[in-house]
Amino acid sequence: KKSRHSTLNHLSFEGVWPLPQAFTSSTERYPLNPQAFYFGYGKQSAAQQGCSVLDTAFKRYFSLIFPDYSSVDQWAFVDKPFLVEVSVDQDDCESYPQEDSSEKYNLSVCEGKASLKAETVWGAVRGLETFSQMVYQDDFGSYFVNKTEIEDFPRFQFRGILLDTSRHYLPVQAILKTLDAMAYSKFNVFHWHIVDDPSFPYQSSTFPDLSSKGAFHPMTHIYTQSDVRRVISYARLQGIRVLPEFDSPGHTKSWGKGQSDLLTPCYRGSTPSGTFGPVNPVLPSTYQFMEKLFKEVSSVFPDSYIHLGGDEVNFSCWKSNPDVRAFMQKMGFGADFTKLEAFYIENIVNITSALNKTSIVWQDVFDYHEKIPEDTVLHIWKGLPEVYQTELSRITKAGKRVLLAAPWYINHISYGQDWRNYYTVQPQNFSGTEEQKKLVIGGEVCMWGEYVDATNLNPRLWPRASAAAERLWSDEKQTSSVDSAFPRLQDFRCKLVRRGIQAEPLYVGHCKHEYQGV
Amino acid sequence: MSTTLKFTVLLLALGFCRGLLDNYIDEEETEAPDAQASKFGSLWPLPQKVQISEVSFKLTSSSFKIVDAKESSAGPSCSLLQDAYRRYYEYMFGSTKKLGLSKSRRTGPSELTELQVWITSPDSECDDYPSVTSDESYELSVDLPFAVLKAPKVWGALHGLETFSQLLYEDEYGAKSVNATTISDFPRFAHRGILLDSSRHFLPIKVILANLETMAMNKFNVFHWHIVDDQSFPYLSRTFPQLSQQGAYHPYTHVYTPADVKMVIEFARLRGIRVIPEFDTPGHTQSWGKGQKDLLTPCYSGSKPSGTFGPINPILNTTYDFMNQFFKEISTVFPDAYVHLGGDEVDFTCWRSNPDIQLQQTGIILHPKVCFSFIVKLLDIVTTTNKGYMIWQEVFDNGVKLKPDTVVHVWIGGGSNEEMEKVTAAGYTTILSAPWYLDLISYAQDWQKYYKVEPLNFNGTEEQKKLVIGGEACLWGEYVDATNLTPRLWPRASAVAERLWSAKDVTDINDAFNRLSMHRCRMVERGIPAEPLFSSYCPREYKGI
Repeated sequence: KKSRHSTLNHLSFEGVWPLPQAFTSSTERYPLNPQAFYFGYGKQSAAQQGCSVLDTAFKRYFSLIFPDYSSVDQWAFVDKPFLVEVSVDQDDCESYPQEDSSEKYNLSVCEGKASLKAETVWGAVRGLETFSQMVYQDDFGSYFVNKTEIEDFPRFQFRGILLDTSRHYLPVQAILKTLDAMAYSKFNVFHWHIVDDPSFPYQSSTFPDLSSKGAFHPMTHIYTQSDVRRVISYARLQGIRVLPEFDSPGHTKSWGKGQSDLLTPCYRGSTPSGTFGPVNPVLPSTYQFMEKLFKEVSSVFPDSYIHLGGDEVNFSCWKSNPDVRAFMQKMGFGADFTKLEAFYIENIVNITSALNKTSIVWQDVFDYHEKIPEDTVLHIWKGLPEVYQTELSRITKAGKRVLLAAPWYINHISYGQDWRNYYTVQPQNFSGTEEQKKLVIGGEVCMWGEYVDATNLNPRLWPRASAAAERLWSDEKQTSSVDSAFPRLQDFRCKLVRRGIQAEPLYVGHCKHEYQGV
Repeated sequence: MSTTLKFTVLLLALGFCRGLLDNYIDEEETEAPDAQASKFGSLWPLPQKVQISEVSFKLTSSSFKIVDAKESSAGPSCSLLQDAYRRYYEYMFGSTKKLGLSKSRRTGPSELTELQVWITSPDSECDDYPSVTSDESYELSVDLPFAVLKAPKVWGALHGLETFSQLLYEDEYGAKSVNATTISDFPRFAHRGILLDSSRHFLPIKVILANLETMAMNKFNVFHWHIVDDQSFPYLSRTFPQLSQQGAYHPYTHVYTPADVKMVIEFARLRGIRVIPEFDTPGHTQSWGKGQKDLLTPCYSGSKPSGTFGPINPILNTTYDFMNQFFKEISTVFPDAYVHLGGDEVDFTCWRSNPDIQLQQTGIILHPKVCFSFIVKLLDIVTTTNKGYMIWQEVFDNGVKLKPDTVVHVWIGGGSNEEMEKVTAAGYTTILSAPWYLDLISYAQDWQKYYKVEPLNFNGTEEQKKLVIGGEACLWGEYVDATNLTPRLWPRASAVAERLWSAKDVTDINDAFNRLSMHRCRMVERGIPAEPLFSSYCPREYKGI
């Protein structure tokens, strides 16, 4: 077992998680000394000193590369300096990462220096992450990196993690830490399921009552506008998009507390029962409210996508309400409440389209055959492989793009090494043409919040989500063996622990540096 | 989306609301019942007798004190209590003190300013170690002019301080309040333990201490330290330093030095917790072999040694010399009257393959007998060190003659009731772990499963039932280390804590949910990352990210 470990050290690309697409490596190695280690911009690079994304990345990765660098004395002896030279084709330093942003990079470590080339700063950030994982320490604490050539790019453009801040409030610090760990696994989308039935922590400037009445606590359990901006800008620097979800018409109990007449009053017989159901789809005021809310959300969240939810709408309250029934009659929907839901979703999608946002909705929306714009992305969350594979094939056949989450409901825990299940998912293994397969834009790991808050989020998420990260980034053929992934992932989880992420163990064993918190 | 969504609901503030326990309720049919806290507030585990009145008093950090009662047999020299007073003062006022809320406030008429702690028996046991026979009872009376906590021994006083701290709540202005209350309390079972496994993964001392702290909040009183096993030998033995030098994951960073062990034992003692070490033999000993030549049985393939090793070699005299010296050390390092000797899951294939062992057999191959004779000799050795022993149930099942004070540890799931019946029928004391393997995780509220266990639910006489002295929640270490131990253990182990402390008829799961939700928020507030039971919030969320 020990020899296995040193093998890993000698071929440093094997220690990179997720596995790069193409690499060659040798046992020739170069010593690194923190006193003589530099990041720099290539002469031809479109981005130069002052580039916010890369300047902060240099600072961040210096500490990650040299985790025990503290005192100057320790490293007094200066070897030949080692330079990591970064060049990018586009100066996109002040922009936000987009769905089609290139994350491709080439990394060459040879002749005592490293050269990192990428089309965008986002690709450069991915390359820096790879480089940081290639550096290792020998038994005396000296740092080394091996001669290596890497050409790398992601298999899927959308590699997301969903956090649920409604069922439990997650302090901003917990979100930022998750963003750090996401970057270590090359995730690039933070799907922020920010509100739901239990609470409404988003503090809206247009409708402040939503959080002052709908949050668990109006002062301590909310995300202020500056909190949200902080999350977005922190994510940006790591090349991570922030995709907000404002799920409706179901999952909206908490909205009703701060916005009267938004939810449908349920009836018992001919009298209101005092309880409320989904958003009321028959009132014009509903759509006026939604228009204003989404106008705000669109300007607060810079990403060109917005998640509209649309899942699990319970019709019993709508059925009980005489006004809703009258509306159904007027619209000629008969007794088919899916038509009413379709009507509602169409209206919402039109609102967001008018705001120049592309919509993502849960698969339920497609299941009801609603007329939705061609570019809407369907998010698949239901069922075992046979079920979601059928759905993948059905939806892509209709020419719609899809996002796969069903096999990665990571909030569902069980005893043993369940990461193996997440690793062996084959997102494009369904019956369909090559064109259909291309419509799978990626996947998402979902951490629903019923049983998760800041106390247990990190160890529950990592390294289990990292298994999905490799599936979404790396070549499927090169990463088909879960057994050869095992020692690499063990190694990677110790890297996460070393970086202060509470990543839980895969099985018995130890890390050189154990987690030092409680 | 979240598959439980269509069923779930409500659940809000823990202070004033209640959550549904059942996820499978249609949200349209069920409306949130009136927000209602348990009439027992956040008490956990529930005391035997509680009377809480409507009358409430304020407490302020500037004037409230915990002091020795004049009549108490423990005075300022009892550092165990002085230390506890400070600890509980910090728990009760830690957050407000920092905010400086109660500066220069005058003592009002309905202000409670003192808790007097009165140790009633002449020997407070302040400087002793807790034992299985320690008196843990206490009586608490909260009223003006001062609250009184009476306990025969310091062990009861520690529990009473925890209970008193649990009676405090914040009014709508954030001021600490307590209602006039009378409590008379004692544990249902004497042995209430947590097993942690520091061999499959090394657990830094800090993690062990934090969990001892949390055990005290839940009135657990035994830390079963499964300190070594196949995977690693982190215990640094003075007599045989090679054991950890060779057998630990790392000889310096992944070991428990004598000073570490001493610190754990004293930290535990100050919280009324016994430390019972387990040195499991003859199986589960792969890591022992690395530092102690000839201790393990060489396995054979055909007529040649295969290069692998099995359980401890039972036929060499050197084995018993080693055991003798080793357990002599253990008996002096660990003060508790009991040591756990393991004896579980012995794999006989290696013994069977070894020709030397076969020669010692008379004719037929009777390998359980080999095990038998090893254990018999080991028990004799341990007996000479004046220690009692605990053993896993297999030793009893194999018919080994045990000392009458032996504690048989029942762990095999399925048939554990029958096992309890057999063990107690044979007249041995026993503890139960089978239903409380907390390392076996599953989705959703499995704490309810642990809570619903009734340890005496087996066929047997009253005399037999009395032989059940308690139970242990086990957190085996295959998938657990410092990164996930604490949230995985708490508050799931708290469910076991109440089962072992409170009266048999405390079984209302709704009431338990409400109290446990608040109890978990209290642990969070005290810096322990105890995970949530269900969608909800704590007034002060976990900050140690």
